[in-house]
Amino acid sequence: MTILKLENVSLSLDEKPILNNLSVDFWEGHIHAIVGPNGAGKSTFSYVVMGLSGYRNITGTIYFKGQAINNLTVYERARLGISLGWQEPARFEGLTVAQYLKASKKDKGMSIEEAMDVVGLSPQEYLQRACDKTLSGGERKRIELASLLVMQPELVLLDEPDSGIDVEALERIFDAINILKERGSTVITITHSMAVLKKAEHAFLMCHGDIIDKGSIDKISGYFENKCIPCDHKNIPVLGEVQ
Amino acid sequence: MDDKREIAKTLYKTMGLTDAALNDPDIAHLVINGNMVVGAHLVPGLVVEPHETPNGVTVTMKVLAGSIIQKPVHLCFGMLPEDGLQEIIMDVTIEEHAKVSILAHCTFPNAKNITHKMQANIVIKEGAYYSYVERHVHAPGGLITVVPHAIVTVEKNATFKTDFELLRGKAGIIDINYETTCYEGSLLEMNAKVNGIDNDDITIRETGHLKGQGAVGVLTTRIAVRDNAKATVYNTLTAHAAFARGHVDCKEIIQDNGVAKAIPIVEVYHPKAHVTHEAAIGSVDDKQLQTLMARGLDEDEAVDLIIQGLLS
Repeated sequence: MTILKLENVSLSLDEKPILNNLSVDFWEGHIHAIVGPNGAGKSTFSYVVMGLSGYRNITGTIYFKGQAINNLTVYERARLGISLGWQEPARFEGLTVAQYLKASKKDKGMSIEEAMDVVGLSPQEYLQRACDKTLSGGERKRIELASLLVMQPELVLLDEPDSGIDVEALERIFDAINILKERGSTVITITHSMAVLKKAEHAFLMCHGDIIDKGSIDKISGYFENKCIPCDHKNIPVLGEVQ
Repeated sequence: MDDKREIAKTLYKTMGLTDAALNDPDIAHLVINGNMVVGAHLVPGLVVEPHETPNGVTVTMKVLAGSIIQKPVHLCFGMLPEDGLQEIIMDVTIEEHAKVSILAHCTFPNAKNITHKMQANIVIKEGAYYSYVERHVHAPGGLITVVPHAIVTVEKNATFKTDFELLRGKAGIIDINYETTCYEGSLLEMNAKVNGIDNDDITIRETGHLKGQGAVGVLTTRIAVRDNAKATVYNTLTAHAAFARGHVDCKEIIQDNGVAKAIPIVEVYHPKAHVTHEAAIGSVDDKQLQTLMARGLDEDEAVDLIIQGLLS
């Protein structure tokens, strides 16, 4: 069953096309990965689905569980069951980690303490710390994931979940993604990383604002590793030369 | 005496506090309602002499040399009536190597037209430590004018820390003016956090003169204004000696028709001194806002939480 469908979605920013008549759908209950080179439009895809300001002026239609959501605000989409983990999460001066997580807490999500354990951060040590620039990038990133665990949205968009994460903590990130799936979420990761790609069940190759192929991880990783960059067209692989 | 005790308890209650501190023999306190001393208790090493005046009190406070006051001293300046003027004149001396923290509650829960003025002269002697946390509770409406002014001297290796915070109610007119002179090896930290709504008018002047070698000063201001509120922040740090270091940090969030101004002034008169400043004024940070909205908070809830954090 399709949980998210984009139909002919285009977006230009400063007159530059970023998403280019993009049509794609995602099955419910799976872990998906979108890969592609810099500038392909991967992060923009997640911002458009989330409905962030500056990313609302699209053409085409976005459907979530069959419902067109173009006209919904960010929080309306969140309340419908969509959320986003940022590549570089915001810092909140004066708010504690506990306050930030409490703002995300929903009934079906796990407890704040459990979520912190999953991402490998001691609740005793971290919950009363400020959720600000005193946290390292990796710590803040793991707290971002914890906030999604306590929210447990039906659709989780994760933009570069591994960036700034050390090797040891990366396993915790993967654990968290798997737990989100086990508890019923559909996860879409946006990534440059083969490690993250290989944890997914389905992969999508994005280039020049469009999904140009999709399929198994092996298939898409072949594109990504061998043929995607460089190519005849900027960011478009030479089809037919794929393994 | 019982009436005074009840007034003191009422004032504490308006701050959301029990009267436990009033009953604790280890906690010194001085409670003023208008121009009347309604409670006083001292601990060894602390000398406080209040005198009632027609419109308030004069308070001479001294912490004797070498005395360490273990628990924060509670000062409560309040007015339960709706109208009036309260003038507090304070003369504070923290003697050599003494240490004290003051928790000052200023509560005007019923104010319709109240003016609260404080003029303080504070001397923190060599090696001494003085922390003054001033927390206000105002009425939700009415007109209240708060004018705390202080001249502070921080002598060699001494420390002065102050926090001004409006916990609840309408700011009204706030005019803070602290001027501090810091000598060798001393430390100055001044923080102010105010939330302005409606037609509140907030002016904060915090000045630190780092006169001595190695003196350190940090001025931090956090303001949020909405509706038609105005805020102007003058943060001034001057550095006159080698290794004097300072930082000015002002952040103001505006919404609606609010107006915020920040005037940071840094002056350095010695090549080995270093002073920095940062000021940011604007609406709520968009990324913070969108992050919280992506967790299901509507815009108002998200803004409130962000401002709560900023002012916490």
